[in-house]
Amino acid sequence: MTAVHPAGIPDELPEGPAARPRWAVAARHLWRNKLLLLAVIVLLAVVALAALAPLVAEYGPNAMRISRRLQAPSAAHFFGTDEFGRDIFSRVIHGGRISLAAGGLTVLVACAGGVLLGVLSGYFAALDGILVKVVDSMMAFPDILLAIALVAVLGPTLSNVVVALGIVYMPRVARVVRASTLVLRELPFVEAARALGVPTHRILRRHILRNLASPITVQGTFIFAYAILAEAGLSFLGVGVSSETPTWGTIINAGQQYARQAPWIMLFPGLAIVLSVFSLQIIGDALRDALDPKLQKEV
Amino acid sequence: MAMAEAAAEPAAIADETLLQIEGLRTHFRKDGAVVRSVDGVDLRIPRGRTLAVVGESGSGKSVTSLSIMRLIPEPAGRIVGGRMLYRDRTGRLLDLARLPVSEMRRIRGGEISMIFQEPMTSLNPVFTVGDQIAEAVALHAGKDRAEARRVAVEMLRLVEIPAAERRVDEYPHQMSGGMRQRVMIALALSCRPSLLIADEPTTALDVTIQAQILDLMRRLQREIGMSMLFVTHNLGVVAEIAHEVAVMYAGRVVEQAGVEAIFAHPRHPYTEGLIACIPRLRRHAPGQQRDREPGGRRHRLVAIPGSIPSPAALPPGCAFAPRCSRAVDACRLEIPDLVEVAPGHRSRCLRWRDL
Repeated sequence: MTAVHPAGIPDELPEGPAARPRWAVAARHLWRNKLLLLAVIVLLAVVALAALAPLVAEYGPNAMRISRRLQAPSAAHFFGTDEFGRDIFSRVIHGGRISLAAGGLTVLVACAGGVLLGVLSGYFAALDGILVKVVDSMMAFPDILLAIALVAVLGPTLSNVVVALGIVYMPRVARVVRASTLVLRELPFVEAARALGVPTHRILRRHILRNLASPITVQGTFIFAYAILAEAGLSFLGVGVSSETPTWGTIINAGQQYARQAPWIMLFPGLAIVLSVFSLQIIGDALRDALDPKLQKEV
Repeated sequence: MAMAEAAAEPAAIADETLLQIEGLRTHFRKDGAVVRSVDGVDLRIPRGRTLAVVGESGSGKSVTSLSIMRLIPEPAGRIVGGRMLYRDRTGRLLDLARLPVSEMRRIRGGEISMIFQEPMTSLNPVFTVGDQIAEAVALHAGKDRAEARRVAVEMLRLVEIPAAERRVDEYPHQMSGGMRQRVMIALALSCRPSLLIADEPTTALDVTIQAQILDLMRRLQREIGMSMLFVTHNLGVVAEIAHEVAVMYAGRVVEQAGVEAIFAHPRHPYTEGLIACIPRLRRHAPGQQRDREPGGRRHRLVAIPGSIPSPAALPPGCAFAPRCSRAVDACRLEIPDLVEVAPGHRSRCLRWRDL
């Protein structure tokens, strides 16, 4: 048997994996998971291409050359051209700027609203009944129908599409945030903060919100993916951004007339959507695993 | 006329008393039924001394301490009656049961602090311990960041955390349970409270760590000169730390006395039962022959028969009567008063003379 531990306080802490900061654990996770690494690279590539579109593209997204209409992919036009002779590659990467921006802004709108609703609902029992009903009734509508209805009311501009999609995805964030808040609210450190005389708004900001960062990040990643899909869906249906603006959705919409003669018009923006959405989903799954405290010990 | 005035005036409390609780009643509503968790608690917490509140689970001891802090989760629970007269630093007499929320926030942490049973979850995992102590300091003392951090290090040193300058930047998950409880104590004491409420602060800790924490708390209580309300179910801990003891049963105080008096002459059969329940290791004197001695047989562990009544369905008379071997008919008729049986010793038992 080992000797009884001396009654003094151990000066040195065991430097186990539990002592490692969260980002380091997450970074390790990333390196071990090659699929995840691929997803991160693909997403970064898509974002970089979109961001640098004016520098990368040889042709303007709206530059027409009728002499080169409906050309198949070639060295001159990687993704081919459409019926006006516009370069699809240029249109896809320029369209990516709008599609990705719409997705990102949707995440911001959905998270801002969802976090507010979720925290209020989870922390204040008196508000919970009403807010849960509001959120549930919003979720009762199919996503795309609610988005179409909202855009129809607000008008088809990019900012209205973002607002509409933000409203559509708000309940998802609200639900997750509410559930986490209900758990956090009962934790002794929140009660301890109250016992120290910390005002409620400060408890919400410091003790609740900061501990919600992980679930919000995970949800945000998924909503980014959904929003890219939904924005393309709205544009494809003709209720999204006006058809002159190139987005992945509007390019596909315009290409459907020539689907047989020039399938590349629809193929490449479609691929851009698939790659972005897949990458985001894989990253979202990985984030959920990495930020889950239960899984940290295994790493 | 004089009578009416006396009734309306907030009763003055003795100078040596910091907090005087009179007839505190805190009820909870559960499935339409009223649960009388605390139903007429009277307590006196003397200035600069430690009062231990002892009782089984469900006796209302934790609800009493939460009531003092006004941390009863509303609207399920509510303080429905009684007074909690508290003399604050400026000498004003306040009734904590009726204090506005904004005033109460100043009291919490500033004048009355609390530490909880769970050291593992009582600290926020996303902030360093220094940050959390600094928050309390900034809140009540209005100090700037650098100054608050200096106080945090000083507090960690006060609770005997080694390498405090380094530890102040650590996160709670980097610390052991005993360490975290030290941090909790530092946090609670950072604004030099007049009263520290400790709700079973050592229950979740190892026995060796328990002893260290008790030593620390006893030392700090003396040095700071604060009062302490120590909630526990462990009479061994009471003997270690308390000056006075209040025994609670079914939402009421059944006996309050100095610590020696409680252990030497309990004047309530419940207290007597609790003391008999403490497991004892009999040490035999060297000359004694263990096997031949009639009383030297191993003692069975004593237990009080039955269990504490549900606060939703209390018996009409003395709540302890159904479990009491000395109960007579009169005990079941009405609740006995808390009477002074000796100077500073009060008991809620009709038959205290027979004990």
